[in-house]
Amino acid sequence: MNLDYTDDQKAFRDEVRAFLDEKLPERLTEKGRGTRALTKADHEEWHAILNEKGWLAGNWPEAFGGAGFDAVQRHILEMEMTRAGAPRIVPFGIAMLGPVLQKFGSKEQQDHYLPRILNGDDWWCQGYSEPGAGSDLASLRCEAVRDGDHYVVNGQKTWTTLGQHANMIFCLVRTSKEGKPQEGISFLLIDMETPGVEVRPIVLIDGGAEVNEVWFSDVRVPVENLVGDENKGWTYAKYLLTHERTNIAGVGFASAGLDSLKRIARAEQDGDRKLIDNPHFAARMARIEIDLMAMATTNLRVVSAAAAGQAPGAESSMLKVKGTIIRQEINALTRTAVGPYAMPFQSEAVEGANEAPIGPDYAAKATGAYLNNRKLSIYGGSNEVQRTIIAKSMLEL
Amino acid sequence: MNFDLSDEARMLQDGLRRYLAEAYTPAARKDAVEHGFSGDIWAGLAEMGVIGALFPEEQGGFGGTGFDIALVFEELGRAGAVDPLIDTGLLGGGLLAAAGRDDLLEAVIAGEMQLALAHTEPGGRYDLARVATTAQEDGDGWTLSGRKAVVVNAPRADRIIVSARTSGAAGDTDGLSLFLVDPERLTLAPYPLVGGGLASEITFDGVTLPPDALLGEAGQAYAALEAAQARATLALSAEALGLMEAIRALTTDYLKTRKQFGQPIGKFQVLQHRMADVLIEIEQARSAVINLAGHIDTDDRDLHLHATKNLIGNVAKLVVEESIQMHGGIGVTEEYDLGHLAKRLTMVDHRFGDALWHLERFIALRAA
Repeated sequence: MNLDYTDDQKAFRDEVRAFLDEKLPERLTEKGRGTRALTKADHEEWHAILNEKGWLAGNWPEAFGGAGFDAVQRHILEMEMTRAGAPRIVPFGIAMLGPVLQKFGSKEQQDHYLPRILNGDDWWCQGYSEPGAGSDLASLRCEAVRDGDHYVVNGQKTWTTLGQHANMIFCLVRTSKEGKPQEGISFLLIDMETPGVEVRPIVLIDGGAEVNEVWFSDVRVPVENLVGDENKGWTYAKYLLTHERTNIAGVGFASAGLDSLKRIARAEQDGDRKLIDNPHFAARMARIEIDLMAMATTNLRVVSAAAAGQAPGAESSMLKVKGTIIRQEINALTRTAVGPYAMPFQSEAVEGANEAPIGPDYAAKATGAYLNNRKLSIYGGSNEVQRTIIAKSMLEL
Repeated sequence: MNFDLSDEARMLQDGLRRYLAEAYTPAARKDAVEHGFSGDIWAGLAEMGVIGALFPEEQGGFGGTGFDIALVFEELGRAGAVDPLIDTGLLGGGLLAAAGRDDLLEAVIAGEMQLALAHTEPGGRYDLARVATTAQEDGDGWTLSGRKAVVVNAPRADRIIVSARTSGAAGDTDGLSLFLVDPERLTLAPYPLVGGGLASEITFDGVTLPPDALLGEAGQAYAALEAAQARATLALSAEALGLMEAIRALTTDYLKTRKQFGQPIGKFQVLQHRMADVLIEIEQARSAVINLAGHIDTDDRDLHLHATKNLIGNVAKLVVEESIQMHGGIGVTEEYDLGHLAKRLTMVDHRFGDALWHLERFIALRAA
């Protein structure tokens, strides 16, 4: 057993660091630290920089314009980008749809859509959850009825992240009510400019509006936008979910969050000492760090196995549960660390957010991040769903 | 031993609960969240005697026990009310009472005067003695210099009570004095608070005050501040309890009505057990509030203060996190009721000391 990266992996890490030093715009990392949200243009700018280097789609095979990185290289890239404060790669096209099209899409779909994802011509969003279909996703009701060479789509999707920026949405739709609910679902690509598509923002408790409802009324979608076979969409969706979960542990986010928490604790005055010297605070922070050190290794164990060709199964559920608990505890302790300055409502959605923050800079995001990141244990399959997967497939209960 | 409320207290509780259930419509709450409070509801509370219930008869009220305070604030919490009764009643009003300013207290109890306490300073966290703002006496009165942080209700206050040093250094309990300041002498930039209400940072850049601005005896304000904050902490803990009850009711309803996998999600044993734990912890919180209410005017006040606020902080975190988790996505939306209640309950741990702060002081008292 050897816990170090190989020489090649170390060289790759150094290459990533040098690239980020040179190419990551300070303006974007500044923005990430303040109260302002990244705009669509900010995301597109960063995607273009990565694409020029050939690293935007680290997970795609080279044949499709990706970098063809193995799981360890992808892990290194993600960790270094997070550590450097780079915007995250918007996952919907790159991490989610791309792999599905590569495995199940037609040649025409691959040739048309994959380059457009890399070039930033299309911004994709995900149409999975519905008001009545959350954890029980297979009960979804948004329906697509065949009419000549079109499907006619009616229904509603919800929690559509960054749908306000998107021009394309990949949807799970019901094409059959026969058999088990999973057996009547199809995977459909929908142009959001089509008449009958309406996007309505959902305001979240931190004041932000990053998620949306998407409504479809008599939306006509060409049949060539069906991915794979009709009524086989559930299989494709499950495949997509395994890709969504490769970075599910969020070790990079947790490490960056813990670093930031330590900076705050060193700056905050607590009576005659700094907060970091408060033994009760320090104990709570240490417990989180100890957990994170072990989880980082659990994550690397899964990543190494994946690099060796083993597809992550229920292990990713384990990483999701533990990873989200750790990140949420870091958010909670960060809120605690900023003390009374957790109280001012400071949100990028609030008018005047460009003004100087109330209290220290580092306090501005603490409460919003705590509240907003409650979503971590809800989305992408709630932690309850993950535990059921672990109980069934790892414990065989 | 008797844990029942007196008949008078029960009447106030029933009346207040009914009044808030009717008056605190979604529109009224939105108005109060954005503007700090609603004038109509404030007048309604005063008329019902809710403000008077916070003060004993000798101060012009008709209550003033720990149990009176707990009763009022549990109901305000249950309604998700944002009205600054802690600031005007228990902090401001409490300090006016301690200084014998019955003339002003009368207006407070009648609902005609709003107050704010400008005490906490940047970097001061929750330490009551950590005041660096100074008040210099000269021939014509006082000159104030310093900064105050997150002064809740300052933008709506008719008078602001400001703590400042007339001697000593930050961290000393001696040398603190209180001043009654007309906000027109100050420049306030209001900002909203998480969970509703307004606050302001205040910079005193050589602000001059008349000689009679001094409230109480110079240099001797610490004990009054401590007593007022203890009562305010009881009120905030009771408000937290009311919020927890409201959140529990909302979450239990949701578990009964939200269906996934062909049945209400409340039929899943994993959620039943977690909700049972939430209930157990809320009952612990209720007992902790009763402990503090029963000891607020005794020598054991501080032990119970630290125990109660520590427990409330920990239970608040559990209730917020579990209720949002059991709701799923809807639980993090602004429009749904839980969002407002969860935000207010979260903020309870950021006033008058958080769970860690009180834990350390509880340990110190037990070791003494």
